[in-house]
This record gives sequence, structure tokens and C-alpha cells, in this order.
Amino acid sequence: MALLDLLIYPDVRLKQVSASVRVFDEKLHAFLTDLEETMRAGPGSVGIAAPQVGYFERIVIIDVSSKPKIKHHGHLILVNPEITQWKGFEVGREGCMSVPDYTGNVIRAKKIHLMALDENGVQQEYDMEGYEARAVQHEIDHLDGLLFLDRLVSRRYDLFQRSQS
Amino acid sequence: MYQWFMITLIGKDQIGIVAKITTALYEGGCNLGEASMLRLGGNFTIMLMLHYEGNAQALEELLKPVAKDLQLHFHIDTIEGQLHQHQLPNVRVSVHGADRTGIVAQVTTVLAEAGLNIIDLESDVGGDEQQPFYVMHIEGIATSGIVALEAALQQLLLQQPDIEVKLEPVETVFM
Repeated sequence: MALLDLLIYPDVRLKQVSASVRVFDEKLHAFLTDLEETMRAGPGSVGIAAPQVGYFERIVIIDVSSKPKIKHHGHLILVNPEITQWKGFEVGREGCMSVPDYTGNVIRAKKIHLMALDENGVQQEYDMEGYEARAVQHEIDHLDGLLFLDRLVSRRYDLFQRSQS
Repeated sequence: MYQWFMITLIGKDQIGIVAKITTALYEGGCNLGEASMLRLGGNFTIMLMLHYEGNAQALEELLKPVAKDLQLHFHIDTIEGQLHQHQLPNVRVSVHGADRTGIVAQVTTVLAEAGLNIIDLESDVGGDEQQPFYVMHIEGIATSGIVALEAALQQLLLQQPDIEVKLEPVETVFM
């Protein structure tokens, strides 16, 4: 077990597109343990993507279960995740361990349908909404070399477009 | 050693104000920090943090020619500025209603008494001259909890039923 070093914006490696995971072995599982530990070490952090620690494979860990009164799936390891359906949109505030001392408003789909492999390469499907759906969309962006900074909307935009579906 | 300054500039809106002001500051050796710049009622307004190695007088000399050229008034304050001091809002209050005097005072007074620290406030007047309406959005920190703000606003609405007020928590998804 080890805490991994986070890439911090404006590190250009955060723009790199990650490759699909092909091999599900001990090495992957050891990495997942370290990635999880790194996520848990971030104050209040509910998710992490492998490229945030310079490991450019399509892996995300999410756990929004600490948030009260929301629908969620608990702790999830998402390998090669793909969103196959989007429904509605809303503006919400996001922060990121790779972007210290800054939060901003971002438009995300309210509800998503997600396909992903688990840590053993078994196909899983999820319907997600709200906070959890936002977290997954934020993390999948990392796999494509995008940060929430690439999706910021202005405050004034937020005033009039919020909560539409 | 440099010093932080806050400059405010105001004048009739026209193309190029931001470009010309910031170019003059840049060429004079200023480093810009956080800023708010927007058009209010046909005027363009700038509030801008910057740090600079000279004193306020030197900064004034730097701004004078370009401000004169653009017909802007400006004011310089020496401040104890610092970057990386962001505070995270946890509540948003939206207000709208037929425009009248006192909306901002009434709403913000009860919110302040209930512990709201305002981080950001924007307001606008829409409609037309016969029927203007007022819109205000506030983001802030509920230092005594959101329930206290809700109770205060409910009380206010009993006395001021002509305004619509919506309070909602701002949740930040932190990853």
C-alpha cells in the first residue's frame, strides 16, 4: 500500500487520453489498492481517476456513500467506463484534487446509464443520478484528458439555466 | 518587495476598456490577481487586485493617461491582499419581485442576522420602465446553518409577501 503522487494542474499530463485496460491481474489489483488509498487521503474526496496519479489507463474509483440522503451504489471500481445514455442537465459546483483552491460551476447530465467492467473484468451496468452521476462524469473526463476547468460556465449563465431538464 | 493594490475603474462602456487598461498595467510591471469586471447600467466597472513594486503614486501615474483616454474615473487602495483565500459557498439565495425600494436591505438584513456571510451578490433590473422587476442572486456561507436562514426568510416573507425568495444548498462535488 502506498499513497501515490497526484498530478496537479497545470501539469500537461492531465491532458493525456488514457488507454483501455486489457489485463486484469495482480498488478492491476495492487494499483487499485494504492489508488483507493490516495482517494481516501484527499479531504472530502468522493472519486479519483487513474490518470490523476500519472497512470494512463481507463480506471475510476467512486464512493459517494458519505453524502447523506442521496441515491448511490456505494463503493465502485469502474474499468473502461462508458456512458451510454444521458438525461437532463443541471449546473453544479465541482472541485478536484488536481486543481487546488478552486471550485466552479459545470453542466452535467442529471441521469446517466453507465457500462463498465469491475476489477475482475466482469461487465456491470448502472443507472445513476444527481451527485453520483456528476462524480462519474467528472472522473470519466479525466480519462479523456479533460478537467472541469474545460467545462466551466459563467456565474451569470448559472443564474438562468440552472435546474432545467 | 511588492505591494497589493485594489483598483476600481468606472466609466461609460466602450470597446477596448479591459484590453487598454490591462495592457498599460502589464507594460508597467503589474501582476493582476482576482478581478470582477462588468457592465452596470451602461457603465463599465472594474474591481481589480494587482501587485506592483512601486507605490500608489507611481501606479496612479501609470493609469492616468489610459484612464484619461478612455474617460474613466479610478481609485487606488493599498490593501492587505492575498491570493488563495477562496471560501466555499454552501448556500444560494435567489430573489425576484416587482422592483421597489428596500428589497436588498430587507433580504440581506435578515440573512445577516441569521448568520449569512455573502461571498458573491449579483443583481439586475429587468422588465421595462413601467414594470421593472428586480432579480438578485447571492452565494454565501451559512455560518449558523441553513435552517436558521430558512427560518429567517420565512419570517421575512410573512411581512414582505411581494418578493419571491428561494434558498438552496450549494453542494460541491469534490473529487
